[in-house]
Amino acid sequence: MTALAICGGRLVDPAAGVDGLKDILLKDGRVAEVASPGKLKGAEAAKTLDATGFVVAPGLIDMHVHLREPGQAYKETIATGTAAAAAGGFTAVAAMPNTSPVNDSPEITRWMQAPERGAQVRVFPVAAATRGSKGEMVNDYAALKSAGAVAVTDDGRPILKDGIMRETLAAAARVGLSVIQHAEDTRLTQGASMNLGPVSFKLGLRGMPVEAESSIVERDIRLVAESRDARPHLHVAHTSTAATLTAVRQARRNGLRVTCEVAPHHFLLTEEHVGLYNTHAKMNPPLRSAADRDAMIEGILDGVVDAIATDHAPHAMHEKEIEFELAPNGIIGLETALGLCLRWLHGEWKMPLGRVLNLLSAQPAALLGLKGRGTLAVGSFGDVVVFDPKAEWIYRATESKSKAKNTPFDGWTMRGKVRWTVSEGRIAYTGS
Amino acid sequence: MNLAAARRTLHTPPPPASQFPYHPGSLLSVLDLSVAGVSHLLWRATELENEDPLLRDQVLAKRKIALLFYESSTRTRTSFEFASKALGADTTLVSYLSSSIEKGESLKDTGLTLRALGAEAIILRHNSSGAAWLLEEATRLPVVNAGDGMHEHPTQALLDLRTILTHLRPGIGGIGPEALAGVTVCIVGDILHSRVARSNMLLLPRLGARVLLCGPKELLPEQAARSGPGIEIERDFEAALNRSRVVMMLRIQAERLAGLQLDLDEYKASYQLTGQRLAAHAPKAVVLHPGPIIRGMEITAGVADGVQSAILEQVHNGVAIRMAVMERALLATGQGGRA
Repeated sequence: MTALAICGGRLVDPAAGVDGLKDILLKDGRVAEVASPGKLKGAEAAKTLDATGFVVAPGLIDMHVHLREPGQAYKETIATGTAAAAAGGFTAVAAMPNTSPVNDSPEITRWMQAPERGAQVRVFPVAAATRGSKGEMVNDYAALKSAGAVAVTDDGRPILKDGIMRETLAAAARVGLSVIQHAEDTRLTQGASMNLGPVSFKLGLRGMPVEAESSIVERDIRLVAESRDARPHLHVAHTSTAATLTAVRQARRNGLRVTCEVAPHHFLLTEEHVGLYNTHAKMNPPLRSAADRDAMIEGILDGVVDAIATDHAPHAMHEKEIEFELAPNGIIGLETALGLCLRWLHGEWKMPLGRVLNLLSAQPAALLGLKGRGTLAVGSFGDVVVFDPKAEWIYRATESKSKAKNTPFDGWTMRGKVRWTVSEGRIAYTGS
Repeated sequence: MNLAAARRTLHTPPPPASQFPYHPGSLLSVLDLSVAGVSHLLWRATELENEDPLLRDQVLAKRKIALLFYESSTRTRTSFEFASKALGADTTLVSYLSSSIEKGESLKDTGLTLRALGAEAIILRHNSSGAAWLLEEATRLPVVNAGDGMHEHPTQALLDLRTILTHLRPGIGGIGPEALAGVTVCIVGDILHSRVARSNMLLLPRLGARVLLCGPKELLPEQAARSGPGIEIERDFEAALNRSRVVMMLRIQAERLAGLQLDLDEYKASYQLTGQRLAAHAPKAVVLHPGPIIRGMEITAGVADGVQSAILEQVHNGVAIRMAVMERALLATGQGGRA
């Protein structure tokens, strides 16, 4: 494999405690050298990217995406989803198991990682926690882990039964996997299509109460506390309510391994963005009240939120062009996450760049146990994003690399343009 | 933490501005109409009602109007049809049972098909909230919302307004924001599932009326009071009656209860409009009901047929109002446009 030097940029690698002008050399897919500008020793034969004026950072890691393969290639494929990931600066994505069939086997887990899928960046499957994600029978986690699964979840569905959730936490802890919970008490959300509140009343839509999320989180935390000797790791997916963050915060104070992620739409948008039945503002969990949205920002700034994850959920155009109540949940997010985080978290709300990037790379890597990723220390994987931190640009969904165009951020101004995304030493995306 | 909060109040992404309605003739929500627009419609309703039928027949002569009905309906469908035909328009009814909707054709495709067939306006009744917005965006035709799920039923609110004005403000000319000043209207029963309640609670306060919502928690969530100005919740039916000049009773929408368990005997004991209650607490009130009425449930037969009942006047007013609405739909010049 050829070598690649990235020179002249500002290296921001929070996990390694680096923020300064550095050149880096990638060789055989790994970081071979990090040096002061012009001081790389082994760069002679290397192709060089001029990163002058740009930020060079560990490739972003999205711990919550839906790539729709196997089974729903009309929405997205692993190839198109990872092309969108690369365009968004992501070098690793954790693929949720709600495929068709559900990824509850080592065979599907391996299939998703096979070279034939044409992935542009690394795909780390998250396997189903229970058989068929039906919440009845716990899968063989050791086998799934050795096939490459990095966590287990029944995402899209919650594990409602206490006994099964207890068993899941214990079994996952034994093999060192995290349990990612989609926290939703579906008994409280029957037929609902947005947040429960004045807006849902006004629009005549059935609403999901915030308790549907927080009650499951509280239940899960109780179960983690009961089996604390086994040190289970509970990760709360797509957190959307203030009550959930309060519960997570408390659990951490009590020394439990409970973590959480927030999606950009949940720290930027509110139920008001549903407007007049915009299906691109329909997702699960739904957009919440302004108070909940503010709590997400608060949680990100004060550190209780461990990761930003997009919940990239592609759907075909015709599936979203129907009655709001009937439209499927979810929006795409891989190409807008960095631009939104830099514009709002860093630009508007003054979160230091290193901390923003930490939420997008080092911390998700740690949560999923991805060794050698989320940092550019020598010896790590050569997963790099190079972006122009000052560039403002307008996102056009029609230009998305994803098969799907379902996003509420079409036409939004983004900050920070990806120039190159490098996956294990190979240029996976070149921006204009 | 507080610093962060202060920074945020400075700037968060604002909700996008609405593009609706795309067509000035559309009537999707009562909020699409200014008070002047409402006044104009009421005036046109009376003008058209009094017009020589042979002249009236020329207003929309041979214009094509499609009635697209995903739910069953007696009053709304018939009065839209009579109203359209009285203006000379050609109408066709497309209902979910006898069309390609049954074969899985989407609302968008059904709308585009009707447009390609020459429909110049579509009257839509649909069981999903927001369906009229989807149809308007897809077809860009004038769309008249004849009831969307649990959301709105603007022509019903307009005909209710006409009925109320006939009783409380007879002979009134143009109406303004004070037309119903001092009038309290109580809406009783299954507010949660009612599009009639939503349209009325958004329309009547803009003309100066006060709206009292009355019903049990299961059918009337607290958030309802935050739908707009001039809306209040009074759970005690008799207290609400004491204050009201107009009482609008609603049917319990069994088809939308979605598993909600309701003790009907208890409901009747608390919220049924009986002759006794009416005589004791609102002997002068006008009694309205959008229909269909379930006699013996929300209202007794005696009250429904009694002297205070204006239920059949409402039905009758539907034709005049819908003539004015269809005239606006097809001859829209911006008059009676957005608020």
